[in-house]
Amino acid sequence: MNIDRDTVRRVALLSRLSLADSELDGYCSQMGSILTYISKLNEIDTKDVAPTSHPLSTLKNVYRKDVPKPSLTTAEALQNAPSKEGDFFKVPQVIEKK
Amino acid sequence: MDDLHLLTAHEIKIAIDSGVEPSAVLDAVQKRIEAIDSKVKAFAYVNKKATQVKRGGKLSGIPVLIKDNICVKDEATTCSSKILEAFSPPYDATVIKRLKDSGAVLIGKANMDEFAFGSSCETSCYGPTRNPWDLDRIPGGSSGGSAAAVAASQTIMALGSDTGGSIRQPAALCGVVGLKPTYGRVSRYGLIAFASSLDQIGPITKDVEDAALLLGVIAGHDVLDSTSVDIPVPDYCKSLTKDIKGLRLGVPKEYFVKGIDPEVETAVKKSIETLRGLGAIVVDISLPHTEYAVSTYYIIGSAEASSNLARFDGAHYGYRDTDAKDMIDMYVRTRSKGFGDEAKRRILLGTYCLSAGYYDAYYLKALKVRTKIKEDFERAFALCDCIVTPTTPTPAFKIGEKTNDPLAMYLSDIFTIPANLAGLPGISIPCGFSSGGLPIGMQIMARPFGEETIFRASYAFEQSTDFHKRRPTI
Repeated sequence: MNIDRDTVRRVALLSRLSLADSELDGYCSQMGSILTYISKLNEIDTKDVAPTSHPLSTLKNVYRKDVPKPSLTTAEALQNAPSKEGDFFKVPQVIEKK
Repeated sequence: MDDLHLLTAHEIKIAIDSGVEPSAVLDAVQKRIEAIDSKVKAFAYVNKKATQVKRGGKLSGIPVLIKDNICVKDEATTCSSKILEAFSPPYDATVIKRLKDSGAVLIGKANMDEFAFGSSCETSCYGPTRNPWDLDRIPGGSSGGSAAAVAASQTIMALGSDTGGSIRQPAALCGVVGLKPTYGRVSRYGLIAFASSLDQIGPITKDVEDAALLLGVIAGHDVLDSTSVDIPVPDYCKSLTKDIKGLRLGVPKEYFVKGIDPEVETAVKKSIETLRGLGAIVVDISLPHTEYAVSTYYIIGSAEASSNLARFDGAHYGYRDTDAKDMIDMYVRTRSKGFGDEAKRRILLGTYCLSAGYYDAYYLKALKVRTKIKEDFERAFALCDCIVTPTTPTPAFKIGEKTNDPLAMYLSDIFTIPANLAGLPGISIPCGFSSGGLPIGMQIMARPFGEETIFRASYAFEQSTDFHKRRPTI
């Protein structure tokens, strides 16, 4: 299966990754050979087969009582922040200036 | 005693009861790390101030090494990735809390493939761990640091995680015991997620008794992981009876096919005869969808990974590229510089399989084939109590041998992946050596929550052989 540069570029954009032109061809050919191998699944008729998204068939949604419990303190939540100001995570500007 | 690091946990428990100081055990292990880790490179981080938080308990004084994707409060936890450099979690994973409560001494973090993406430990940002049996070879992966350290007596026990074989495959290639528990048996809270429907934490140890001991400590329901199952944890050590008379062992013909190393095939077949000699009944079975497991896994695993890894964006923790002009630019620059090659490849593949127009053809198709694979096992377990196979198709390969061919690397997990897709427990135990002196592993799988059956079969085998007693000379 052939995967072209535009497809890899589009998927990279969706993944929030930027790939150098020199990397693109490598990813094209590797993804192409992986997808060719994966297409083996088309040999199996799955028309009436239900999908399994999870190995535990008995699992149900689990709800807990909505009661307050201790959680991380603000200082703990911020301890790994690459950048912070006061009690906030600091990031580059999001909204454009008028 | 200078050789306390060579003992198993159950032997150390007896030694401590008869007067050996736990600090002497820690000393011996730390000296061993100091002496040989520059060669093996099993550690991502050595905790030189390791201490026993609690006295008493089932693992009192036992040094345990933790895979670097399991959160330990205020200690470096990086998944061997640049994107988590300098990350120190503000909380303990549930398994870590249980280890601390049981008296275990956490001696550091084990090297691994970046975010557990790999079968050789070569995708780590710290560089590869080496196989203690042959330093030119890979230790397996992704829990390669954990398995190599146990094999080289740099720790007494270790925790790994297994998404497609990442505990069992390195255990096999390093000649130690590795168990992937049933999905839901061990809490995943605090395990940095790779593929949430496949991941399980489990023990890597020197023998089966230690694996039973360690699983007993970490298993059980946890309100912080809604996929952990609320059924009682048995005393696994009671399964170590050596009696397997009448136990029905299924041998699937699809696991003995072209491409498997003849020495691996011979060793496993011989081991099946050993089990038969101990009173087990050997039954031929078929798992017809085995050849589709790798494809199914690489779609589901990559899809879940691409979603789970979306959280690494430079905003709240870990590495951030500081040249960014705006938010989107920060995400893109941070992720492009922070993730290694294999992580990018899985994110791209997973995003592709989940994207509009491809979702049904890839992701949904894989979920349906997963059903077929699961049904294969359900049919097989009507005929047998456990399934015995090789853990890997070959012994450890050379460093660099498969790094340029991702597909060849993926195929080294061909025998371990099905258990993850079906949620089954599986162990790898040493069952022989190649003519070149490399360890060979045998896998035993059982029904969901059938860990006791696995321990029973593997302990009986182990106690009638001496493969588990051999250690590499390093």
